Amino acid sequence: MSQSYNRGLIEDFGRWKEFSAGMWAWIFHKFTGWMLIGYLFTHIAVLSTAIGAAAGDPTLIQQETDVYTTTIQGLESLFIVRVLEVGLLAVAVFHILNGLRLLMVDLGIGLSAQDKSFYASLVLTGVITVASVPTFMHGVGF
Amino acid sequence: MSTQQQEPEPQEPESQESPEDPEMKGAESPQNQRLKEKEQGLAQEETVDESDLEGETVHIKVFRYDPEVEGKQEPRFDDFYVPFEKGMTVLDAVMYARDEYDSSLTFRHSCRQAVCGSDAFFVNGKQQLGCKTQISDLEQPIRIEPLPHQEVVKDLVVDMDHFYDQMHAVEPYFQQEDLPDGDLEEQRQSRENREKVKMSTRCIWCAACMSSCNIAAGDNDYLGPAAINKAYRFAMDEREDEEIKEHRLRIVEQEHGVWRCQTQFSCTEVCPKDIPLTEHIQELKREAVKKNLKFW
Ligand code: HEM
Ligand code: SF4
Ligand code: FES
Repeated sequence: MSQSYNRGLIEDFGRWKEFSAGMWAWIFHKFTGWMLIGYLFTHIAVLSTAIGAAAGDPTLIQQETDVYTTTIQGLESLFIVRVLEVGLLAVAVFHILNGLRLLMVDLGIGLSAQDKSFYASLVLTGVITVASVPTFMHGVGF
Repeated sequence: MSTQQQEPEPQEPESQESPEDPEMKGAESPQNQRLKEKEQGLAQEETVDESDLEGETVHIKVFRYDPEVEGKQEPRFDDFYVPFEKGMTVLDAVMYARDEYDSSLTFRHSCRQAVCGSDAFFVNGKQQLGCKTQISDLEQPIRIEPLPHQEVVKDLVVDMDHFYDQMHAVEPYFQQEDLPDGDLEEQRQSRENREKVKMSTRCIWCAACMSSCNIAAGDNDYLGPAAINKAYRFAMDEREDEEIKEHRLRIVEQEHGVWRCQTQFSCTEVCPKDIPLTEHIQELKREAVKKNLKFW
């Protein structure tokens, strides 16, 4: 069959338009899972470099001018960081909700509603994210 | 157009009285549920679409490729305009195009009633059996392509060898040699057990599921939904001994077996025989775990 026509990558890349619920759920779950890993390591890196306070001067900590507190305060005063926090929540909530959906799928429970539970995860994620905005944006324009 | 209402087809299914027994109503059976959904869908479609298309032509765009003819080696789409008839399927349309316009148009078909599995095409972006897909359900122009992720031999004909290899890899045949105790000459199956494997026996080897699967597309060694379903059909058959079942589970739990499935449900959605493929794959995963984890 060496003559036969292999449609190759072009076909594969074009296929996302034909994705259905379960396929999107898979893509989003991969994406959010790896985003969470990325966040976890950034989180550890930032906090462990700011931890100088551990060996620091108690009076500085009292005055809230130690490295740790100023780092956190500096970050939290940035608008972009607040936006990223909302994004992190959205990613985590979707991953958890769809993760529960996947656990049900693994147990063979409610398989015929798998598309509906995916849409429900999306809607719930949206609602929780929007509801979190006032809290996360407090003091930076809200 | 709307004057042609000779068809007295009210929504029969709903007005029918359901029997008392919940079993008879098929309340629990997924198959009956699917059938009901389908019936309702059909009743709706018939009232909506039919009159619109009567007496019109259908615009189909068909994938063309022929390695043996110079000038056809570059794939292209050919447009055909086919006169619509009530009940026309995608297969009817391409057959008309072949018989009336271009006899070189190549595709497989045989039974024309969804039992031989030879005419799975990629129709408007979905794997469907040509003979089971109504033209009136589709948006025009209707794009008809060969199944993705299989090599194209010519026009709509794809190379099925790899798919068949995967099917054979799970040893798709009954392996129980011993007859049961007593004087029976047959290996009888209980009704319950028959019910359990019923859906899985319906596979017609059309390869629509394999073609729809992202994982199979990325991993050529993946057994694929149809082969795993085949393994399910025998692994769940109680007439085979426990050792044979274990042997079957060993086949499906290998590296390119059930654990490749990421539960995207694309196979279940395209299967023309409504086989709950993902459900069967998931059940085999649990069986494989149970076999290996013996705490009890
Ligand atoms: C309640 C919280 C969580 C639940 C219920 C959950 C559930 C799941 C499930 C069911 C899977 C998919 C397994 C499969 O393929 O079938 C998964 C994958 C994954 N999760 Fe989570 N998870 C949670 C939290 C997290 C956190 C906090 C992180 C990161 C630090 C994370 C990172 C990942 C990654 C990287 C994957 C693999 C994605 C891939 O397939 O490539 N998850 N999770
Ligand atoms: S499982 Fe369904 S889609 Fe797959 S080959 Fe069999 S009949 Fe076709
Ligand atoms: S022609 Fe036999 S399945 Fe369609």
